[in-house]
Amino acid sequence: MALTTPASVGSRAAERSVADQLKKGGTDWAGTGFRLVLLSALGLSMLILATLIFNVVSMGLPVFTSRFGGFMSGTLRTRPEEAGLHQGLVGSFWICAFVVALAFPLGIAAAVYLEEYAVDNRFNRFVNVNIRNLAGVPSVVYGILGFTIFTKALRSLTSTGRANGLTVMSAGLTLAVLVLPIVIITASEAVRAVPNSLREAGYGVGATRWEVTRTQVLPYAAPGIITGLILSLARALGEAAPLILVGAVSGRLATDPSFLDLSQLRDKFTALPIVVTTWTTNPNPGFDQLAAAAIVVMLAIVIVANTIAILLRNRYEKKRS
Amino acid sequence: MAITLEDLRGDRRRTRTERAVRHALQAAAATSILISALIVFSLARETWTFVTQVEWASVLSSDGWFPRRGDYNISTLLVGSLIVTVVAMIIAVPVGLGSAVFLSEYASPRVRKTLKPTLEILAGIPSVVLGFFAISFLSPQIVQRFFGATDLFNLMAAGLGVGILSIPLVASVSEDALRSVPMALREASYGMGARKITTTVRVVLPAAVSGLVAAVILAVSRAIGETMVVFIAGGAGGGALFSTNPLQPGLTMTAAMASQATGTDSVVGEALTFQSLFFVGSVLFVITFGLNVIASRFVRRVRQRY
Repeated sequence: MALTTPASVGSRAAERSVADQLKKGGTDWAGTGFRLVLLSALGLSMLILATLIFNVVSMGLPVFTSRFGGFMSGTLRTRPEEAGLHQGLVGSFWICAFVVALAFPLGIAAAVYLEEYAVDNRFNRFVNVNIRNLAGVPSVVYGILGFTIFTKALRSLTSTGRANGLTVMSAGLTLAVLVLPIVIITASEAVRAVPNSLREAGYGVGATRWEVTRTQVLPYAAPGIITGLILSLARALGEAAPLILVGAVSGRLATDPSFLDLSQLRDKFTALPIVVTTWTTNPNPGFDQLAAAAIVVMLAIVIVANTIAILLRNRYEKKRS
Repeated sequence: MAITLEDLRGDRRRTRTERAVRHALQAAAATSILISALIVFSLARETWTFVTQVEWASVLSSDGWFPRRGDYNISTLLVGSLIVTVVAMIIAVPVGLGSAVFLSEYASPRVRKTLKPTLEILAGIPSVVLGFFAISFLSPQIVQRFFGATDLFNLMAAGLGVGILSIPLVASVSEDALRSVPMALREASYGMGARKITTTVRVVLPAAVSGLVAAVILAVSRAIGETMVVFIAGGAGGGALFSTNPLQPGLTMTAAMASQATGTDSVVGEALTFQSLFFVGSVLFVITFGLNVIASRFVRRVRQRY
């Protein structure tokens, strides 16, 4: 049967007429069903996320309403009604500081080298493959590296006598090493997305490679690079397994220094995800609420960071497309 | 006046800066090789001590993994990791793949933009949070209720938690693969009169299959390497008996390493207890490394094709 378009009607009606004839077979049940199955897969992810957030928030809420101040400023204790998050916050703050100070500049520099400077030779190809492999190494294995190198071999550098190398400096160095490949990969992608015309314009007026990189490539790639940095920092904040290997304290931590006290760098430490683990695994049920409340604090930081990263990316994607 | 070579050479100071910067950047890139070397070095020494000194009978035929009393039956941990990974993939592969197909083939750009951040936020959730979720919700509400597990701590709950963590990875890698399938293939299919479902299932999915395989392999590697969920929800602290029952407490390679390192600086126990931690680390490293290499082969195949 041929599709016919009545000559007497307007284009709208013609369109409808063709559509009617195409749909003569009736509703496409298989297609609709398939679409629903796919949508429900995505819906399940959303349902899980919602359940998870509802679960922790409803469990943790009583802690915030009854003793918010005490919870944020308290220390690791054996009695749940006295315990608090302060030492974990301080430890995680310093771990993130090491990541910012070491992994960020090193990672961006490596990415710039690989994208702007490196020629396609054996060495550079090897470096590229190597970075991709490093990104896939399980985090506990980085813990082994941290234990062997930072807490044992470099003990005199990273630790005072009583801490045995199990210090926030060892932990910060370990996590800086862990997120470095992620920083390099995300920064490389941002640098690669810079249009070549920008570089060519720079070379055309006689700029050197570094001048082009510094004044054209990096500013243009900045939003993408920053998005990657935020995500890596969130990753470092949530990572617990390597910290266990470098001896994060899960029981009682005698010291409770303030945020900017530099002497704690070479001393024993704990961190947010370790505090969460400690309270979650504590058989005393009073700690369940505390664990949930600590998770709410951690999730708030991570979700805010992720949201900023997503918004930043979307905004610049729109502007430039 | 003729231009001499000297004129073209440019400003001396700028050339010097240029060279210094290049060396600094190259050094930064080379640190990645140093890191790889340090990982191998950290693992190798103690692993070698373990491999050469252990009684292999206790590795191959003792009844469980109890490093503190000298039982190093590694198959306990391998089976534990396998159980967790299989449970995780039963969740992550259909959900992740379904989400990816919807986002890439069915969703309008606007819908895509509003729904995709769900997956990105899920990807950012720290694994300790999933560990907590596994024992406060997944285990009592799902595993104990529907599968009749008697123990709150069990490998199945841990596997479900790891599965949830792996959904965003499966989704994002497969979505990349689906989106790299050229539009022309879909248009050709529509031109032949195929419906959307036929085009998706018979044209787009087969064209992207290498990337989808890569997504699954990467997720398996991720699941094997995941530590905290199993450490918290798996429930076996000091050791585990060999068991193939997912409804019982158990240990994976990663959880065994974490629980062995908990609380003590120098692990006490048999002569090789400390070294066994490194041995497990090496086994884990080799397995995940192998999987990642295979996955990147598949990813490259997609790139070369289109």
